[in-house]
Amino acid sequence: MVIAIPDENAGTASVAERRAWRRRMSIPVLVALLAAAIVASATIGATDVSFNGAFKAVGQALGWETGATLRDRVVLFDIRLPRTVMGIMVGAGLAMAGAMMQGLFRNPLADPALIGISAGAALAAVSVIVLIAGAGLALPAWLVPHLLPVSAFFGSLVVTTALYSVATRAGRTSVATMLLAGIAFAALAMALTGLIVFHSDDTQLRDFTFWNMGSLGGATWTRVAGIAPFVLMTVLALPFIGNGLNALLLGEAEAFHMGYSPERLKRWIVVLAAAATGAAVAGAGVIGFVGIVVPHILRQVLGADNRLLLPASALLGAALLIFADILSRLLVAPAELPIGIITAVIGAPVFISILLRRRSVIDI
Amino acid sequence: MIEAHHLTLRLGRATILDNVSLAAPAGKLTVLIGPNGAGKSTALKCLTGELRPDGGTVMLAGRAIDTLSAGELARRRAVLPQSSVLSFPFTVAEVVELGLRAGQRRPSERAIAQDALDLVGMRGFSDRLYQTLSGGEQQRVHLARVLTQVWEPVAEDGPRYLFLDEPTSSLDIRHQIDVLEIATGFARRGGGVVVVLHDLELAASYADRLIVLQRGRVVATGDDAHAIVAPDLLRSVYGLDDAMIAKRWPAMAQAR
Repeated sequence: MVIAIPDENAGTASVAERRAWRRRMSIPVLVALLAAAIVASATIGATDVSFNGAFKAVGQALGWETGATLRDRVVLFDIRLPRTVMGIMVGAGLAMAGAMMQGLFRNPLADPALIGISAGAALAAVSVIVLIAGAGLALPAWLVPHLLPVSAFFGSLVVTTALYSVATRAGRTSVATMLLAGIAFAALAMALTGLIVFHSDDTQLRDFTFWNMGSLGGATWTRVAGIAPFVLMTVLALPFIGNGLNALLLGEAEAFHMGYSPERLKRWIVVLAAAATGAAVAGAGVIGFVGIVVPHILRQVLGADNRLLLPASALLGAALLIFADILSRLLVAPAELPIGIITAVIGAPVFISILLRRRSVIDI
Repeated sequence: MIEAHHLTLRLGRATILDNVSLAAPAGKLTVLIGPNGAGKSTALKCLTGELRPDGGTVMLAGRAIDTLSAGELARRRAVLPQSSVLSFPFTVAEVVELGLRAGQRRPSERAIAQDALDLVGMRGFSDRLYQTLSGGEQQRVHLARVLTQVWEPVAEDGPRYLFLDEPTSSLDIRHQIDVLEIATGFARRGGGVVVVLHDLELAASYADRLIVLQRGRVVATGDDAHAIVAPDLLRSVYGLDDAMIAKRWPAMAQAR
């Protein structure tokens, strides 16, 4: 009888190779997934635009005479594409913000919506709308689309800073305190947002459901342009924070020993995460769980290295949100489901499963 | 040379460090001992630049430590903390390679991380997830990480320093000895090492220079560690009586 003894070294080498291969392939695969999501989002909806029709409309816009119908062009360029681009930015923003917050709080359960950061952004945005309407200010037209994202940015900045100072003592972050304080912040900010929305009859303030559960329905090119700078700023900063965020995962003292200034690093991460969250909330209201699900899936497949995790999160977050938006349009067509319902149905079980696996570590 | 001059540090009303002066030269293994709460870890944190004392100065190679940036410090010294928590799925290799970046090494120097894993006896663990390791194995991975950061004990701009805060606390006796042998090797090749230890026998065996702290003060310092770790010290610093000493160290009691 021959007993095969498994060669341990051969086994580990192939594990390393498989992981390395996945990492090399990750960005191209995610880009392809996002491209598929964009095409699907452009062609699926209440009004049918065929793939061919969409192709022709794009060609026409680029200056070729393709004989695209006016209907296809209007549906594509005035409705579907702004909505899709908004979805890309909101999804990428939420997923990047989630990955960054998880690094900042040193645990994988931080999500901008779950711990009140999105709610803070919504409260700030709603307050500014009401204040300006109440004061009867006539603002220059170019300023208006930027006002919401800017105020949402400051709202999330305030909540992130407050939460960090509550949950962190001497460089150590308490997971339990972060989650519980975050839930309280979220409840308070949502309650105040609800109060303002119900006491205002301003037409700008769409219904509470938008702020509460999110929707890409209101996307226009103007609104897209308003939030784009915040998302772009965060994307462009990613290459500069990956290494520092990795070091910070070991602790603030360790990050300092490894040559980073923890204070500067944390300030940057808070600002970038708040910018991304603020932009997402200003564009589509409060959408939960994207920030937790996307980095979690990617860590299982690619590992936790933030140099890859952050850009990969942006891509998968964008694709995931667009697919969720397509579902929100299809499931109860011609009506629309709030997109937050879909992300919660997908995300809550993921959250519970992380919690169960880490029960012994978290110890609430 | 790392020198501390007249360090004083208070936390609220408590004085944690009280006029502490000490020197840890390159080429030597300096050990800090003392009972719980003596200020060993705090003194170490001042020496690494992590804590700024209320009074006094720390000099690294003749320069005040607060004039060096975090990046410059990281190139010249590495620090092994008592314990580290990492709640994300990093592999062992990824954790150790954090030290490459911290030491500002080129990508071509990646082999150093593997050599460091070899040195701490963790060869073959590269692709294991850090979280699946035992406490002692995790501690050795971090030792490999800090060794990677300051791999050459002497570089062109001077010696490197290694600070180890109770590096033996979660290790079995064999690995305790291995860690101190590695630290000694680093010192013999020209680097400076400062270690906080609780185990007095290990301290006496390995220290080139022993510094005893008690209630925030240096109460003894010298290069003959065996002479310092003696019944007098055990009585006056650790509060042991003769019966305790005789039971724990029969040979030492007889020698008297």
